[in-house]
Amino acid sequence: MKKLIWITLIVVALAAIWTGIAAAQQPTPSDDQVNAVAHQLYCPVCENTPLDVCPTQACAQWRELIRQKLAEGWSQDQIKQYFVENYGARVLAEPPRQGLNWLAYIIPPVIILVGAFVLFRALKSWTQPAMRGSVPAEPETPAKKSEDDYVARFEEELRKHK
Amino acid sequence: MTENMNSDQQPTRRGVPLWAQITIWVALVALLVILALGLRRSQQGTVQPGDIIPDFSLKMFDGYNFQGKSEVKLSELRGNVVVINFWASWCKPCEQEAADLEQAWQYYQPSGDVVFLGADYVDTEPEARAYLEKFNISFPNGPDMGTRISQMFRIKGVPETYFIDREGVLQYIQVGPFASIGQIQSIVDKLLAQ
Repeated sequence: MKKLIWITLIVVALAAIWTGIAAAQQPTPSDDQVNAVAHQLYCPVCENTPLDVCPTQACAQWRELIRQKLAEGWSQDQIKQYFVENYGARVLAEPPRQGLNWLAYIIPPVIILVGAFVLFRALKSWTQPAMRGSVPAEPETPAKKSEDDYVARFEEELRKHK
Repeated sequence: MTENMNSDQQPTRRGVPLWAQITIWVALVALLVILALGLRRSQQGTVQPGDIIPDFSLKMFDGYNFQGKSEVKLSELRGNVVVINFWASWCKPCEQEAADLEQAWQYYQPSGDVVFLGADYVDTEPEARAYLEKFNISFPNGPDMGTRISQMFRIKGVPETYFIDREGVLQYIQVGPFASIGQIQSIVDKLLAQ
């Protein structure tokens, strides 16, 4: 009976150790998981190259670093923060919303709004004259003016001879 | 009556209000100034010989120290000739000069007049440590966190090495790897002789 208890205890202890080891080991993150984070970062060395498609050795090292951090259980935000602390904010695909970076978020919509306003006013001014229809149909020409003078003088003469 | 009617029917031209015009122009000018400053900065080369280098501190990798401290400040090195080398483990040309730099450090270290600093530029720590081990680099070395130091020097790539005299004034810049230890010594000796 005593022997059975000992065997049970050993089996339970071994099972607990095995379960602990298995829980501590994270599965190796896949390339897709790594690239999901790398896509949000830019190569700190190359010009305008996202980290997930950058072919250099340096970028391969950074992607391995992301894999390592993911395996350690780091979140995407923690990894991005780590990259900012080590390599500067320029590695972020989206610049942080602070300081002059705000211009990148404000200027494009403002330009679109101003453009839409200008276009609206231009279209309005093009359509207005046709809609009003109050512009004189026949502008007064010198020929017409002399004709009017002639008619006036003719009527004056007729009045005199009545 | 007819005249009045005609004048009433003239289309009234309402322009953009003055305050809006001023705001738009001010915003445009401000934007152009910011763009111009950014362009100017991006086209500027590295810091130039004769410039006084602003103070900075470099926290070293584990296992590296300078006079027992794990962090070194440039201002604390006044009176010494300072050689700052920017490198990275992924940089092949850096490997060409690594052994020469270490040899030069070994040569000048006993005198205590020259300090070599290695600033690891946008690198990953395991590869950086492997690089230091591979070339037996013993002079103080640390990561350039957030690229603050390299931005201050406005480096254009790696390797680049900056020689600062005893007064804290930049005297010489080496862009690219050194050809030999003799090249490093000739520059340092000139600064020591000043």
